[in-house]
Amino acid sequence: MTSSTITFDGVSHAFGDTPVLRDISLTLAEKRIAVVGANGSGKSTFARMINGLLLPDQGAVSIGGLDTAKDGKAVRRRVGFVFQNPDNQIVFPIVEEDVAFGMKNLKFSKAEIETKTGKMLRRYGLEGHRSHPAHLLSGGQKQLLAISGVLVMDPEVIVFDEPTTLLDLRNKLRVAEAIEALEQTAVVVTHDLDLIADFDRVIVFDEGRILADDAPTPALKAYVEAMSGV
Amino acid sequence: MFELYRPGNSFLHAMRPGAKLLALAAAGTGVFLLPGLPAIIAVMLAVLAIYAATGLGLATAWAQLRPVLLVFAILFAAQVFIAGWLTGAFFIARFATLLLLAGLLTLTTRVSDMVAAMEIGFQVLRPLGLNPSKISLALALALRFIPVLAQITGEVREAQRVRGLDGSIIAVAIPVIVRTLRMSDAIADAIEARGYNPDKA
Ligand SMILES: Nc1ncnc2c1ncn2[C@@H]1O[C@H](COP(=O)(O)OP(=O)(O)OP(=O)(O)O)[C@@H](O)[C@H]1O
Ligand SMILES: [Mg+2]
Repeated sequence: MTSSTITFDGVSHAFGDTPVLRDISLTLAEKRIAVVGANGSGKSTFARMINGLLLPDQGAVSIGGLDTAKDGKAVRRRVGFVFQNPDNQIVFPIVEEDVAFGMKNLKFSKAEIETKTGKMLRRYGLEGHRSHPAHLLSGGQKQLLAISGVLVMDPEVIVFDEPTTLLDLRNKLRVAEAIEALEQTAVVVTHDLDLIADFDRVIVFDEGRILADDAPTPALKAYVEAMSGV
Repeated sequence: MFELYRPGNSFLHAMRPGAKLLALAAAGTGVFLLPGLPAIIAVMLAVLAIYAATGLGLATAWAQLRPVLLVFAILFAAQVFIAGWLTGAFFIARFATLLLLAGLLTLTTRVSDMVAAMEIGFQVLRPLGLNPSKISLALALALRFIPVLAQITGEVREAQRVRGLDGSIIAVAIPVIVRTLRMSDAIADAIEARGYNPDKA
């Protein structure tokens, strides 16, 4: 097991009386993992458990042996999270301030923050917007900014919850390209099946259970069949 | 609108934010102690000269005052009625000078720098049970999300106009509040996911 291995051990979770995850056990060690499934099938709930934003009612989740319930802070540091709506995850008004936010929380030095901010903004073609208001960026640029703000914290795993849903085709492609180029392990929740065609593993959720867990082609076949009621 | 910070290389940009906050407080107090209209006008001209010298420009100075012109007009009218036009002019000139001074701070200081400076200032509130790091993050968020709230309100009004409901404050307010609450949940998650710890030293 490496420090980026994700383990779910008998995880169940309910909101009120509604069970949302039912006895999930999994070990994820691949580099590109996709999570698909119908609306409300439990994908976001599953994703939020990976970095301890949500703790399971039953069972345990761990990342490289760190339990999300016991070592929350260390897990948060190891697992970054990119959300669906870029507008809701940009915290500071100016582009470079926002990139620095996570690094400040982790107490990086001023010099380090400066260097890493510059490097990351160049990587995503945002250096010209460094001191611009973040709300003036395009949707795709905002999502790249959100990814930048996570990457500068040096995570080993990045969880994406529908990172391209709100984007137009051109911006979708830019973000897909950015995800593809990552060195880190990526877990991507999505309804965009093109995005995950080359992934190592696809997990299909259905009403809180795992319907299929396979390479993209067979997993997506099972998903389509289940959705069309064959 | 609401693009507070203007990047630049002037002496004000280079000045430390804490020093700027103190200077603003001192200058603001000074403006209140000034005796008469000519003195206020002299200070106002000096402040305008700083706008010009720092490259912010007089158009930017005007932009600081434009949103409150109506308020000025009402206050001026009231003062003229109560105490005469000279007092009215004095009152408005003082008010305008204060706004221009505050503008010099917000236009030349990054929110994160201001937040860091305030965080130090807020340390004195710690014994009262207030958490300086939380207060300053709240301020940063307020500045960040003012344009987003404006945009949400715009979208909701447009949607309600299509349905002929834009005359009703309730029909606009409720969706805006619901969307804002949902957004705050998402923002709270994002802040937590980026390692923010309000209880840090
Ligand atoms: N905080 C919450 N409180 C109550 N119920 C919730 C909460 N979060 C999720 N749920 C419910 O749990 C179920 C699963 O939600 P989840 O967000 O995990 O689904 P999802 O697969 O991500 O769906 P989508 O594709 O629509 O994003 C849904 O029925 C949802 O209404
Ligand atoms: Mg979801």
